[in-house]
Amino acid sequence: MFVTSAFAQESAPAVEGGHTGTEGDTHSGTGVPAEAHGVFPPFDPATFPSQLLWLAITFGLFYLFLKKVVMPRVGGIIDVRNDRITQDLDHAARLKGEADAAVAAYEQELAEAKTKANAIGQQANDAAKAEAEAARKKVEAALDQKLGEAEARISTIKANAMKEVGTIAEDTASAIVEALVGGKASKAEIAAAVKSVAR
Amino acid sequence: MAADKVDPIHQFHINKLIPIEIGGYDLSFTNSALFMVATVAVASAFLYLSTSSRSLVPSRLQSISEMAYEFVGNMLRDAAGTQGMKFFPLVFSLFMFVLVANLLGLFPYFFTVTSHIIVTFGLAALVIGTVVVYGFMKHGLGFLKLFVPHGVPVYLLPLVVLIEVISFVSRPVSLSVRLFANMLAGHITLKVFSGFVVSLSALGTLGIAGSVLPLAMAVALTALELLVAFLQAYVFAVLTCMYLNDALHPGH
Repeated sequence: MFVTSAFAQESAPAVEGGHTGTEGDTHSGTGVPAEAHGVFPPFDPATFPSQLLWLAITFGLFYLFLKKVVMPRVGGIIDVRNDRITQDLDHAARLKGEADAAVAAYEQELAEAKTKANAIGQQANDAAKAEAEAARKKVEAALDQKLGEAEARISTIKANAMKEVGTIAEDTASAIVEALVGGKASKAEIAAAVKSVAR
Repeated sequence: MAADKVDPIHQFHINKLIPIEIGGYDLSFTNSALFMVATVAVASAFLYLSTSSRSLVPSRLQSISEMAYEFVGNMLRDAAGTQGMKFFPLVFSLFMFVLVANLLGLFPYFFTVTSHIIVTFGLAALVIGTVVVYGFMKHGLGFLKLFVPHGVPVYLLPLVVLIEVISFVSRPVSLSVRLFANMLAGHITLKVFSGFVVSLSALGTLGIAGSVLPLAMAVALTALELLVAFLQAYVFAVLTCMYLNDALHPGH
C-alpha cells in the first residue's frame, strides 16, 4: 500500500506537467506533435473551421435523417401501438358488456323458469286436490245411496217380518189354545188377543 | 514513445486524414470529422435498423429507440409544453448526437468529439441561435420581456435586467463548457490512471502488484464516465428544452 502511493506520488508530477499545459496556452506541452503548435488541442483555433464545417455537415445530415425518416417511423410505431391498445381495451370492454348482458339474461330466464315451475306445481297440486275431493264426494254419495237402499230393504224386511210375526203368533196361539183348552178359538178372538199383546 | 503513451493530452490531438484547404481556411477531414461521421452513422444506423421491423411488440433494440424517443419527447413536453414539440427533431437529434458521441469516446483509441470546445460550442450556439431567432420571429420585440421578470420593484429593475442579460449571454458558454469540461476532465483522469498502470507495471514485481490499485480505479472511473456520458447528454437536452421554453413563453 505504501509503495503504491509512493509510486503514484512520483508519477503524478510527470502527468501534472502535461496537465498544467492544458490551462496555459503558451506552455509547450510534453510530447506534443509539431502540428499542434504547442497549444492545448481543444483550444487550438487552427482546427476550428474544419471542426465547425464537419459538425455542420454531419449534424445537419443527422438532423434531416432523424426528422424525415426516423422520427415519423418511431412516432408511427408508438401511435399504432397506442391505437391498438385503446382498440383492444374497447373490444375487451364490449366483450365484458356482452358477457354481463348474457349473465343478466340467463338470470332472468332462470327466475322466469322458477316462477313458471312454481305455477305448474301449484296448478298440479290444485288439480290433484280437486280430483281427490271429487272422487271422495262420489264415493261418499255412492255409499250414502247404498246405505239408504240397505236401510229401506231392512225396513221392508222388518215390516214383512213384523207382519208375519202376527200370523205366526195367531197360529201358535190357536195351536196352544187347542192343546191346552182342547177347543177351537175363533180366529177373530185370537187375532185381537195377539194384537193386544203385541202392543 | 513512452511519453506519448502516458501523455493524457495525446487523445485530444487532431490529425488531418484528408487535407482540404479552401480560401485560406483549413477544412481538412480530420479524425474529429471522422468520429462525427461515425457518431452520426452509428446513431442513424441504430435508430433506423432497430425500428425497421416496426413490430407492435418491440424487440429489445427497438424498445431502446422508442425509449429514447419518448424520453426526449416527454422531457420537451414537460419543459416547453405541446407548443415546444415543433422542436422535437432538434432536441432529439442533439440528444442522440451528444449521447452517441460521448459513448463512442469511451472506447479506447477512439476520439471524443464532444471533448472539443468548438464542437460543443457549435451545438450550444445552434440552440441559442434557434431560441433567439424563433423568439424574435414569434414575439417580435416582445421577446425582450424575457429580460424583465414580473413583480420586480422598479428601483431594482436595472440591476435585474442586467443580471438577466448576463445570464442569457452566458448560456451558450455554460452549455458548451459544461459538456466539454466533463468529457475532457473524465478522459484525462481515465488516461492518467491508466498511465499509472503502465508506468507502475514497468517497475517490476512490486510495481505490478501496486498497479492493481490504479487499475481498479480506472475500471471504476470507466463506469463513472459511462454515467457521465448519459448524464451530460441528458443535461444538454434538458437545458435545451428550458431555453426553447423561453423562446416560446418569454414572459416567464
